[in-house]
Amino acid sequence: MPPVLELRGITKAFPGVLANDHIHLTLEEGEVHALLGENGAGKTTLMNILYGLYSPDEGEIFIRGRRVEIREPGDAIALGIGMVHQHFMLVPVLTVTENVMLGVESVKHGFFLDRTSAARRIREISRQYGLQIDPDALVKTLPVGVQQRVEIIKLLYRQADILIMDEPTAVLTPQEVEELFKVIRSLADQGKSIIFITHKLKEVMAIADRITVLRNGRVVGTTTPSQTTEEQLASMMVGREVLLRVNKKPANPGETVLEVQNLEVLDDRGNLAVRGVSFEVRAGEVLGIAGVQGNGQTELVQALTGLRPLLGGRVRILGGEVTSAPPRRILERGVAHVPEDRQRDGLVLSFPVADNLVLNTYYLPPFARAGTLQQEVILTTAEQRAREFDIRTPSILTPVAHLSGGNQQKVIIAREFSRPIRLLIAAQPTRGLDVGSIEYIHQRILAKRDEGCAVLLVSPELDEVMSLSDRIAVMYEGRLMDILPADQATREEIGLLMAGVKKSENHKDTKTQRGIN
Amino acid sequence: MSVSPSTWERIAARGGISPRKARTHGLIFIGAGLLIYLLFARAAAIGETSTFVLNFGGAAETAPVPDLVLPTAPTLYALALVCAFLGGWQLARGFRRPNLALGVITGLFIWAFLTWASRGQSFNLTGMLNSALLRAVPIALAALSGVICERCAVINIGIEGMMLTGAFTATLTASLALNLWGWPSWASMPFGLICALVAGAWMGLLLAILAVRFKVNQIIAGTAINILSVGITSFLSARILAHFQQLNNTGTLQPVPIPLLYRIPVIGPVIFEQNLLVYLLYILLVVTHIVLFHTRWGLRTRAVGEHPRAADTLGINVFRVRYVNVTIGGMVAALGGAFLILGSVGRFDELMTAGKGFIGLAAMIFGKWMPFGAFGAALIFGFADALQTKLAILEVPIPSQFLLMAPYLMTIIILAGVVGEAVPPAADGQPYEKQ
Repeated sequence: MPPVLELRGITKAFPGVLANDHIHLTLEEGEVHALLGENGAGKTTLMNILYGLYSPDEGEIFIRGRRVEIREPGDAIALGIGMVHQHFMLVPVLTVTENVMLGVESVKHGFFLDRTSAARRIREISRQYGLQIDPDALVKTLPVGVQQRVEIIKLLYRQADILIMDEPTAVLTPQEVEELFKVIRSLADQGKSIIFITHKLKEVMAIADRITVLRNGRVVGTTTPSQTTEEQLASMMVGREVLLRVNKKPANPGETVLEVQNLEVLDDRGNLAVRGVSFEVRAGEVLGIAGVQGNGQTELVQALTGLRPLLGGRVRILGGEVTSAPPRRILERGVAHVPEDRQRDGLVLSFPVADNLVLNTYYLPPFARAGTLQQEVILTTAEQRAREFDIRTPSILTPVAHLSGGNQQKVIIAREFSRPIRLLIAAQPTRGLDVGSIEYIHQRILAKRDEGCAVLLVSPELDEVMSLSDRIAVMYEGRLMDILPADQATREEIGLLMAGVKKSENHKDTKTQRGIN
Repeated sequence: MSVSPSTWERIAARGGISPRKARTHGLIFIGAGLLIYLLFARAAAIGETSTFVLNFGGAAETAPVPDLVLPTAPTLYALALVCAFLGGWQLARGFRRPNLALGVITGLFIWAFLTWASRGQSFNLTGMLNSALLRAVPIALAALSGVICERCAVINIGIEGMMLTGAFTATLTASLALNLWGWPSWASMPFGLICALVAGAWMGLLLAILAVRFKVNQIIAGTAINILSVGITSFLSARILAHFQQLNNTGTLQPVPIPLLYRIPVIGPVIFEQNLLVYLLYILLVVTHIVLFHTRWGLRTRAVGEHPRAADTLGINVFRVRYVNVTIGGMVAALGGAFLILGSVGRFDELMTAGKGFIGLAAMIFGKWMPFGAFGAALIFGFADALQTKLAILEVPIPSQFLLMAPYLMTIIILAGVVGEAVPPAADGQPYEKQ
C-alpha cells in the first residue's frame, strides 16, 4: 500500500535563502511523524507548501500514490489535509460552531446558516475523539488549550485524515500538553496520520512514531524514538554537540536587591493585570517567574522597569525607592532589562548594530561629550563588544533588523551586560531562538548570577525557568500562587499552580474575595 | 466618600466598563440633573405649561390624539431629581447596562430641554419626529454602507463622496428622462435611482481596487474619492445643471401610506406614511442584518473582517469578499445620495451632502457596526438636526449658529467616547497580504 502522503524533492527558495532543499518525506497511515528542527530550518515552509500557502519551486506531492497539485488551502482541504497553525486561526468573536463551520457552512432553505446541525456534528466528533467542547461558547472566552481543541475539531469536521500540527505545545501548560498527547494518540489509533512539528526534544521522544530532522532546509535523517536519544537528536538539529543541561553552581544569595510589595498594575484595557504581588530578589540568585503567557507577567515587568504606571504598591531597589520612577532613573540604579519583545522594545530595528549597543549609555561619557556623540568611541566599542559577545553581523554598521533573532538578542545582552549592573530583569530571554543561542544566553545569565547580580527571570517555558532558577514563583491571573525553592519543585506541582490550582487554598485569597463581594 | 479601588472595580465589572468610565458616567448623570435645574427649571415661571401636539398635521385619517399638556416647572424639577438620583445610583451601586442608563439620561435631558423651550407655547412633537426620520434616512444609509464595508475590514471614508456622486447621477439621469425624453415620473425616478446605484457601484469598486488590490492606505484612498467626487460633481453641476435648469428637476417621490399601520396613533404616520425609499431603507436594514448574521456570506464577511488569515486558511477568498462588499457598500452610499434628491428636494446643489457621510460613519461606530444600531444612532443625529430647525421656529434664546452646530456637536461628543468602547472589527483598515 502506498503511504498516505509522500513528498519528493520539494525545493523552495526565498530571496537569499534556500528554505527547502530537495526534501523527501513519507507519512504512513495512523502514524505520528515528528518534524524536528530549529527555527529557520524550513519546517514551517515545508508545511505551508503542503497546505497550499506557498507553491514549491520544484518537487512533487503524492497522496495515497496519486500525484496532486496544491495551489491554495482549498485544494489541501479537499485532499483531506488539515493544519493546526502555531498562531491559532480562530475568530475570537465568533462561537465554536461558527468557527468550525466557516468555509464549509451547512445551510437550510438554501440560504440560512444551519447552526443546529453543525453543532450536532461537533458534538458527535467531540464524543468520538474525546475532545470536550461547548459548541455555543464564544472562542474568546475559552482557555488556550480548549481553543486548540477547536482547531483540531475544525480539521475533523472537514474530514481531514492528514493532520499537520505546527508547534502545538508552545502555548500549553504541562497538563494541557499531556491532554493533547492523549488526543493525538486517539486520533492516530482511529487511522488519522499526523505530522507533528516541534523543536522540543522531550515531546518528540514522548509522542512520535518516527522522527525526521531538518537542518538548513535539508533532511538530516529519519529515525525512531527507540533508536535515538535526546542528545543525538540535538546534535542532528544543530550540527554539533550541544550541552542540553545547564550546569550551575549552588547559589550564594547575598543582600536583597529588588523588593516588591503589593504591586498592582493595570493592563492596556484598564483591567487589573497584576493583583497585589510581593516578592524579593537577592544578590547572586535567580528568581524565576513561571506561568502561562498573559497572566500579568508582561505588565509586572513593565511596571518594574518604569514602562507602565503603578496603580498601587511599592518597588525598592537596593533599599532605594523607585516606585513610579522614570526608566532612566531605574536603569541608572544598575538595572538591566532584556525585554520580552526584543524587536519592539529592545532594539531600534532600522539603526545600525553600533548605535543599538549604546542605546542606554549614549548620553554619558565617553560616548557623548558636550552633548555631541563621539562616533569613533561608539564604533570602536561596538567592534569590541561584537567580538566579545560573538555577535555575527556583516558589519557593526548593518541595521540590526538584518540580523537573525539569536544575534539580535546578543546585541541586547551585550548592551545590558556591558555596564555595572546589580539587577537583571530578563523577560523570555530565549523566545524564538535556536538551541545554540539558548545555550549561550543561559550561560551568560548564570555567569551574571555568579558575579553577584540579582536576576529576575520571567518565562513561559517551564524547562527554562526550572533549569536556571534558584527559586520559582508561579503567576496566575495576576497573583503569585506560590514561591518554591527550585530544588524541591516538581513539574507537576508547578504545572498545577500555572493552571491556578493550589493544594490548600491560601487564606489570603479567600479574604480578598470576600472584600470584592 | 472614600472608595477603594476594589469598589470601583466591582461597579465597573457590573457594567462591563473600566473603573474610570464607571465614575465618569455617574458624574455625567448628576451633571445632567444639575444642568436641568440650573438652566431650565429656574427659568420656568410658576403656572406655565408646555404643550406637546401629538397629531401629524398632514394625516386627516389618523385618529386624533389629545395634546400632552405638562406644567413646566414641576416637570423640570422632577426630571432634574430623577437624573441626580440615577447618577447617585451609578456612583454607589453601578448599573448593569451603563450605556442604556446613559441613553435614558440623554432622553430625559432632551425632554427637559423641550419642556423648557416650549413653555407657554405648543410644540408639534409628531411633526418633529417625522422630520427627524427624514433627516436620519441618508445618515442611516451612509452608516449602513459603512457597516457593509467595515465588517469585512475595509474602512470607507469615501461615503460622503459616493453619496454626492449618487445624488448627482440621480439628478442628471432622472431629470433627463423626465424632462427631455418625456418619460412619466414613475419611470424616470427608478431610472435615476438605478443609474445612481451603478455610479455608486463604480465608486465602491474604485475604493476596493485601491484598498484591496493596491493596498493603498484606506483613509487616503477614501479621502481621494471624496475630493474626486466633490470636484467632478461641482464641475459638472456648474457646467451643465446651472445652464440647463430642466436637467436639475427630478420631482420627488410622494408618501405612500401603508394600510392600517399608518393609523397607529403618534408614531404611525411618522413611520408608515413615507416615500418608497424610506421603506427601502427598512428592508435594507432587515436584509443586511439577516445576511450578516444568518447566512454563509455574512459569516464569511465577519470572519474576513476579524481574522482574514484564518478565513484564508479555510479556503475563503478574502479579496473576493472585500471586493463584493465594498462595491455593495458604494451602492448603498449612492442610494443615500439618491434619497437626498428623489426622496427629499428634487434638485442638486454643490456639496449638498454637507457631511452626512461622515455623520453616517459616526452613527456606524455609535451603533457598534450593527445595522439596527447604526439606524438608531442615525435617528439620534436626525433628531438633533430636526430639533435645531424647530427651535429656530420656537425662537429659543440660543444663537442660531449654535443650533446649527447641534448634530455635529452630538457627533463629536459621541465619538469622543461618552459611550462605552466600541470595538471595531479586529482587522479594520488593514490590507490583507497573502503570505
